[in-house]
Amino acid sequence: MKKFRVVHYINQFFAQIGGEEMAHVPPEKREGLVGPGLALKQQFGDEAEIVATVVCGDSYFGENTKQALEEVMAMIKEEKPDIFIAGPAFNAGRYGFAAATVTKAVKEELGIPAVTGMYEENPGVDVALKDVYIVATGNSAAGMRTAAPLMAKLALKLAKGEAIGASIEEGFLPNGIRKNFFDKERGSARAVSMLEKKLADKPFTTEYPMPNFDRVKPNPAVADITKTKVALVTSGGIVPKGNPDHIESSSASKFGEYDITGVDDLTAETFETAHGGYDPVYANDDADRVLPVDILREYEKAGKIGKLHHLYYSTVGNGTAVASAKKFAEEIAKRLLAEKVGAVILTST
Amino acid sequence: MVKEIERAGIPVVHMCTVTPISLTVGANRIVPTIAIPHPLGNPNLPIEEEKALRRKLIDKALKALQTEIDDQTIFE
Repeated sequence: MKKFRVVHYINQFFAQIGGEEMAHVPPEKREGLVGPGLALKQQFGDEAEIVATVVCGDSYFGENTKQALEEVMAMIKEEKPDIFIAGPAFNAGRYGFAAATVTKAVKEELGIPAVTGMYEENPGVDVALKDVYIVATGNSAAGMRTAAPLMAKLALKLAKGEAIGASIEEGFLPNGIRKNFFDKERGSARAVSMLEKKLADKPFTTEYPMPNFDRVKPNPAVADITKTKVALVTSGGIVPKGNPDHIESSSASKFGEYDITGVDDLTAETFETAHGGYDPVYANDDADRVLPVDILREYEKAGKIGKLHHLYYSTVGNGTAVASAKKFAEEIAKRLLAEKVGAVILTST
Repeated sequence: MVKEIERAGIPVVHMCTVTPISLTVGANRIVPTIAIPHPLGNPNLPIEEEKALRRKLIDKALKALQTEIDDQTIFE
């Protein structure tokens, strides 16, 4: 029997080229499997074979998306694959964005089964949830062992034209498509057992999650910025040198509030980044590249803005849970309102 | 974070490089920046040119804050 030809997409980290300092590398193609491809191979057995692995730096893809996608697609096409798999990307945001973007393009342009995998909070999910199957994974690479079998199995089923079950059976993130099936227990019994768990404060899974359309309407424009107090907030982890609050380099559990009274310029001696999700060289060298205190101070003196708020807020947006980020920002907003801040510039890396 | 600040009633502009992520998280006023590790700078430029670049980006952000919008908008 002919083996299905598989092309696998991974980032520079999983290809062991390097971490953030190598995230700028352009795409390259390697013969056969690389890194996490091994876990997929074990699942494929003799039904499919990884013929090539396309590797691309996450920042390269994020910063040159159009060009990177063209280059990656050309490499994939050359291999005439029957199946395409990207990731899993777990909770790595730029990796998830790249994996989802490429998977969607492969499915649309080549018309072959294309599967990716990532954590449900990965921003890549929104890129392609309605277009391709995204297998649900844990939020770190520890989830590889459960993710690889699900991704391989789903890809093989698609390639063989077999029927795909409901998301709960196949392990992909719910994409809004409903499947009818007979459950083992009838509805009344399931409802009572769910209620019992709820009353006992035990975890339970709803069978009908409410859709989450969490959009906030834009606020009216600032009438006159020359009379407005402007505050800086960043998820890029800029902190006073030494990181006095010990903000974590990933999965931050807190934010910091720092006084910049009298500070005209952030220098390598006074400020740095605590962020572990991008190459810190440029921010450590000159943190104004992430938190533009120098220019805003200049504009304050020139009367182009009313005032630069004397406190800025910083956290690390690297694998940080959405719930934590929400909590931080609610508290930050409360403090900004109390100080009559009229506009916020929020920078992200 | 952008969304919670907006929800509290403060106009906010999100300056970031990967704008599709900004759109999915629900930012309303978005200004695209230079690169992930140095959104508001370019280490390859001499310092004065780099500052000029940063001024241009801040000007865009201030303009975005002073522009009425009904929906998510990327200020190129």
